[in-house]
Amino acid sequence: MVGELTWRRRLVGLWVPLVAFYVVALFPFTWMAATSLKTNAELYDPKAMPLTIRHPSLVHYIDLLRETNFLIWIANTMLVAVVATGISLLLGTMLAYPLARMRFRGAPLLAITVAVTYLVPQSLLFVPMADLIGRLKLGNTLSAVMLTYPTLLVPFIAWLLMGYFKTVPKELEEQALIDGASRWRAMTRVILPLCMPGFISAGIFAFTLAQNEFLYALLFLSRSSVRTVPIGVVGELIRGDAFYWGQLMAGALLGSVPVALIYSFFVKYYVAGLTAGAVKG
Amino acid sequence: MSEVVEASRATALAAPAHGSIRSGRLGALVQRESVFSWLMLTPPVLFLLAFLGYPFFYGVYLSFFRREVAGSASFVGLGNFVILGNDPIFWQAVRNTVLFTAVATVLKASGGLGMALVMNQSFRMKALTRASLLLPFIVPTVLSTVAWQWILDPGMGLFNRLLVVSGLAKTGPSWLGTPTMAMISIIMVNTWRGLPFFGISILAGLQTIPVELHESATIDGASTWGRFRYVTLPALLPVIFIVTTFSIILTFFDFQLVYVLTGGGPANSTHLMATYAYSLSMGAGQMGLGSAVALSMVPVLGLLLVLLTLYVRKD
Repeated sequence: MVGELTWRRRLVGLWVPLVAFYVVALFPFTWMAATSLKTNAELYDPKAMPLTIRHPSLVHYIDLLRETNFLIWIANTMLVAVVATGISLLLGTMLAYPLARMRFRGAPLLAITVAVTYLVPQSLLFVPMADLIGRLKLGNTLSAVMLTYPTLLVPFIAWLLMGYFKTVPKELEEQALIDGASRWRAMTRVILPLCMPGFISAGIFAFTLAQNEFLYALLFLSRSSVRTVPIGVVGELIRGDAFYWGQLMAGALLGSVPVALIYSFFVKYYVAGLTAGAVKG
Repeated sequence: MSEVVEASRATALAAPAHGSIRSGRLGALVQRESVFSWLMLTPPVLFLLAFLGYPFFYGVYLSFFRREVAGSASFVGLGNFVILGNDPIFWQAVRNTVLFTAVATVLKASGGLGMALVMNQSFRMKALTRASLLLPFIVPTVLSTVAWQWILDPGMGLFNRLLVVSGLAKTGPSWLGTPTMAMISIIMVNTWRGLPFFGISILAGLQTIPVELHESATIDGASTWGRFRYVTLPALLPVIFIVTTFSIILTFFDFQLVYVLTGGGPANSTHLMATYAYSLSMGAGQMGLGSAVALSMVPVLGLLLVLLTLYVRKD
């Protein structure tokens, strides 16, 4: 009797809602995959079941790679994400380290400014930003996004790293200084290596954000050869009213794979970065 | 910890004593906390001033001018804001943005709380489940939104196909074709994407609640609801408050979802302030007017930031 009751309870309280969340979260990806693997004849056949595949075919993937610059977009996205993440980690560390561990005038004000800039949305800045990039003659170059993405990433990274830097005891640094190390050496050899998880979290987060960015890429990159995946897929695979759904879904799926792979390898760090602000703050 | 201390001492000692060799006046100066700090801070601060501070104030400046993309600018004072005040589409975008943000945030917060409570039980393959449920949040928004556009396609999309196949309807609704349905659709897609962020953050908050609290409440005779109401919820409030504020900011300023899914249509019924700013400045080429729309979102951001600061201070 008791066993049956807890079993029922677990069904209603755990399994049913869990399956529901699962289905809702994942069915769009199933639909993407199913669409991308069907021939057009099957795809637009009103009598065919929408989620099953009778004649799997890679024709949309082949067309995508042959007819569009998709591989170039993937390469551009990776390059931009790596460079933007690198710049942002460097600048973010330079910003976070003194704020977390040193006393100097203006520190509280600067810390608040960093927190505020982290929350300033892109949609507020894109009009003047477009003008600025135009005047710097950076339109249609990858440098345009490599330079502007760090503005989105540095405040966030600095904020995340500050939390990690603060956890290293001050005595470690003092001891290193007493032993004759310079402040620079104490930082690079003693403190920073202890904060590796923080760097991984910040790096993964920045990398996925840079791969997902849309608005600046839309504004600055209009030539096909410099586009990133999101902007290439939306800008070139949607042609007027005629949608090439098979190719579009193939592109959307292939474009998501790198992010999903990186995410799956570093899920722990990603979740740590995601929840750091909300739970610790 | 002592091992770490020893290890760090060892590296510091093994290092050639840079500090003492450079012990000139300059070296000593650099070792002062404030000097060292500002040497480190200068590059990132200059970078942020140039690429965040400058565009912001330049945007304020632009909003006082009538300026077409190619033409020269003429000063109009608050003229752009007067034009917007009399622009029915602007006010519609404001109403849309408020409605979109309010409904989507409530759905995401309540759904996220539900997801967290479900996930907080013990079951097999929990880590994998958590990772999969977060997928909508990490996949590039634009790409999943394109998939949603196809799901919502009136003729061959998944939703209407399922409705027809299951016999629930002869023809499904036009998900993106009428003002009401289009608004429902963008709220639905935004909720789908943002709910896991709430779920995983609240779950992290749940896991910080000590088990003893629940145990002692049970001993004191609290029911399941009583434990939720008087133990779980109060402990979660800080997390929920901060995640909700973040999410309101992200949703209020959302651009890409609407840009891809509806382009603001039909008949401006899904234009948000961000997409309207874009269509004025980039579509119609009116940079001044576009800047003014963007700037009129600043008070909302300011208010949210003040609330957040007050709340964090209080703790």
